[in-house]
Amino acid sequence: MSKYLKTVDSEWFRQRLTVVMLCVSMAALVLVVRLIFLQIVKGQEYRRMSLNNSIRLQSIDAPRGLIYDRHGNLLVDNRPSFDLYISLKDARPVEETLGRLAMHASLPQDELVERVAGVRGAAYYRPQLLKRDIGRDALAVVASRRYDMPGIDFQIQQLRNYINSGLAAHLLGYIGEINTKELQQDVYADSRPGDLVGKFGIEKSLESYLRGERGGRQVEVNANGQVVRVLQTVPARSGQNVYLTIDRRLQQRAEALLQDQAGAVVALDPNSGEVLALASSPAFDQNDFITGLSRDKWNALINNPLRPLNNKAIQGEYPPASTYKIINAMAGLQEGVITENDIIFCPGHYRFGNRSYRCWRRGGHGSVDLNKALAESCDVYFYQVGQRLGIDRLAWYAKAAGLGAKTGIELDHEGRGLVPTADWKQKRFGIAWQPGETLSVAIGQGFNLATPLQMAAFTAAVANGGVRYRPTLVKRVVSGEGDEILDNTPRVVGRLPVSAANLALVKKGLWEVVQGERGTARIARLKGTDISGKTGTAQVVGREKLEESEGGATVRKYMDHAWFVAYAPSEAPLIAIAVIVEHGEHGSSAAAPVARELVKTYLEGAPSDPVVAADAGDLGHG
Amino acid sequence: MVDRRYLTYFDWGLLALTGMLAAIGLMTLYSAVMAGVPTPQEALFTKQLVWYGIGLVAMLVCLLFSYKLMERYAWLIYSGSIVLLLWVMFFGKYIGGSRRWIVLGPVSLQPSELAKIAVIIVLARYYAKYVSGRGFTFKSLQVPVIMTLVPFLLIVRQPDLGTAGLIGLIAASMTLFVKIEKRTLWFILGSGLAMALPMWFFFLKEYQRQRILTFINPDRDPLGAGYHIIQSKIAIGSGFLTGKGFLEGTQNALSFLPEQHTDFIFSVLAEEWGFMGAVILIFIFLIFIFWALNIAYSCRDPFGTILAVGITAMIAWQAVINMGMVMGLMPVVGVPLPFISYGGSSLLTTMICVGILLNISMRRFMIE
Repeated sequence: MSKYLKTVDSEWFRQRLTVVMLCVSMAALVLVVRLIFLQIVKGQEYRRMSLNNSIRLQSIDAPRGLIYDRHGNLLVDNRPSFDLYISLKDARPVEETLGRLAMHASLPQDELVERVAGVRGAAYYRPQLLKRDIGRDALAVVASRRYDMPGIDFQIQQLRNYINSGLAAHLLGYIGEINTKELQQDVYADSRPGDLVGKFGIEKSLESYLRGERGGRQVEVNANGQVVRVLQTVPARSGQNVYLTIDRRLQQRAEALLQDQAGAVVALDPNSGEVLALASSPAFDQNDFITGLSRDKWNALINNPLRPLNNKAIQGEYPPASTYKIINAMAGLQEGVITENDIIFCPGHYRFGNRSYRCWRRGGHGSVDLNKALAESCDVYFYQVGQRLGIDRLAWYAKAAGLGAKTGIELDHEGRGLVPTADWKQKRFGIAWQPGETLSVAIGQGFNLATPLQMAAFTAAVANGGVRYRPTLVKRVVSGEGDEILDNTPRVVGRLPVSAANLALVKKGLWEVVQGERGTARIARLKGTDISGKTGTAQVVGREKLEESEGGATVRKYMDHAWFVAYAPSEAPLIAIAVIVEHGEHGSSAAAPVARELVKTYLEGAPSDPVVAADAGDLGHG
Repeated sequence: MVDRRYLTYFDWGLLALTGMLAAIGLMTLYSAVMAGVPTPQEALFTKQLVWYGIGLVAMLVCLLFSYKLMERYAWLIYSGSIVLLLWVMFFGKYIGGSRRWIVLGPVSLQPSELAKIAVIIVLARYYAKYVSGRGFTFKSLQVPVIMTLVPFLLIVRQPDLGTAGLIGLIAASMTLFVKIEKRTLWFILGSGLAMALPMWFFFLKEYQRQRILTFINPDRDPLGAGYHIIQSKIAIGSGFLTGKGFLEGTQNALSFLPEQHTDFIFSVLAEEWGFMGAVILIFIFLIFIFWALNIAYSCRDPFGTILAVGITAMIAWQAVINMGMVMGLMPVVGVPLPFISYGGSSLLTTMICVGILLNISMRRFMIE
């Protein structure tokens, strides 16, 4: 102890403590001076402001960004909506005020009362939303009787407006009030209860661009809650405008072609992966979600067996059926199990183990080479190619073609489809792979599942010579001031594992499907433009069951799904398409004409005649 | 057995000042949670009473041992608080976006509060050992800087910038008190400036600069901090000379004063008791601080002196920052007003601090 005292003594500490006391006294003095300023100099003014708690915050909502198609046609904008608000503190007695409001504006009083029933705490002093979008007539009445109804106010809010009602409903999506679960997520950190946020489709996935930044005002209000002075304002920043890759005219055409059917269409630009059209049928009207959906309408939507709320283009998982033969042919050539000229004889069935596997043409195709096998979609040919490849090699090529994985398009709820392997089956069911199952898989049946988007993306890769692009819906994002925020460039995600020579052989077969003498999709021919494609007919139930039911009237829900994938023009493709029509029976009759019309619309730039019902005499088969 | 001299030397004055602050605190809290609020929160008042009881016990426990034991066990206390901070980092309870709390049955504790005392003790030990009239140099400051930085960074990560900053301020105050050698001081100030300027102009992004400016001047954010400050200023200003009277504050409704029972409780007092009440509170705080500094002076043991100065610095900084903040003189940071603000951990810490001061005070005869 004494050692320390040699160097510092209490006198040294005393000096330093004196300085500390001086500092503390200075700080206290500053606080007292500040109190004199606040409480005595400005006291009267603050007392007045405090009398009716007169400083309020008002938020200024940011207009949501607009959505355009690739050519700058406006698809989604905002329209003004007049919303009624109530400041409960100023509206006392609340019941009476609401009664008068209900009478003047002819609104249901119960609904208004219910809306403010549970409001207490801080919210009691802030304006509460009573009713959205009351319309101009009601607004006029409310505005002229405001002094009769203290605490009642209206605000003009921007309401989302889908210009072509129902167009691209699944793709654009809709917005709605934020829910508690979303409020806890980081993405919505700046959002508050009651905010409208994207709920589905592009509105949801591009929320952060579209939303903008809320502003606000500090205002002084009088005893009736009316603004007498604006103290400070922070302007809102409007959301950013989004240009989609879709072509409005093509989208409209696609939806018209699917009218009254359940199905989906995806059209891509094969040279960039940009989605030109993405339609799912039946659809719904997004504007219903904005103005409030009645319980009946909602029930009708969710109980509809054709699942209108489901985006079949990305969520629908179907057996790819004969469209899968493109992959099978690619794999067979590349692995050397077949060559262009190898001939397989098709008697109409193929015996394997103790079972007979049928070709769709009972009479058989006779001698079949690769070209004929693709053009006429011979099952027996592809049974044998698949058998030579084995399930795991087939699966490898299917995965390399993008099946069994999400494409990464900017939409939620995308399905991954399924590429079955022996391992997968063992894990999933605990049963070993049966060699016969490889045969089903080889013609795209069995456990195989793919979404229309996956098939379109694969077709695009075949069309452009093997480059797999990530399908995208967003062309660019531009700020309200016109600055480029995002310029979406094509993103290559892989290449088809096939040599140029082998791919050319496959493409020749696909050309034959439409343009050849005996092709299964001659119905898709278009004057002046060569189209290449492949039909598919996905079984919904086993053939035995279907035949059973054929005794009576054919039950629609047992009927096959019709596929058609195509690209055009064959030589230098500008568009790749996948079409599925649920229970459309044959790819050729139900799906191929849709693709033909879309090619025509896109390439010729003019709408053509309505689709003619399939000509029964000209039926091919998937 | 208990030395009779302990009673003779017992610091009744400090205890009386503590009692006054506690009384003012409880009264103001009662008003803050009960008056004019749509849903009264009696439970908060009862809880605070219980915490005062616990604090009193903790204070008495602090008297049982000589504060010199703290010098011996400084490292143990320090490591213990670091372990708790690490614990809370991994297993703490998330409340409002940060991990600050350890939940033990019905009570939750903030280890960062304990860390404040631990840093004071460990720094006091170090400085007492090496203090000399010449002041500390760059080399001899390395250890205290590290000892401060470890809990500081752990608390920043929670994140609780208010408490972290407070620890920095306390450590800086203690260091200045034991004197920094002149050249070292200039070097620190100079290099601090030399680093801050290019940082500001070259490294910070525009939005980060905006955020700092808004932090310094809340008026730049009229919808957030600025709104709270203007409401707080209205509350204080409307108190006028004599105030609106107990339980009569009108700004004191949940919507107008944010957290009016914790960080903004001074506004409630100033609104209800006016200029007179507010000045009386500031005056009592001032006497309390002078009293505590006098304890530091009368203690003839450098560790005791520096410990008392550190504890006083903690209470003084919190009081000045909190009151400065609600009056719109300082950035809005979450620092409670000692004795007055609602909050168990903070109150417990404050009462332990009073206990340590009483301890130092009543053992001053042992040196002479």
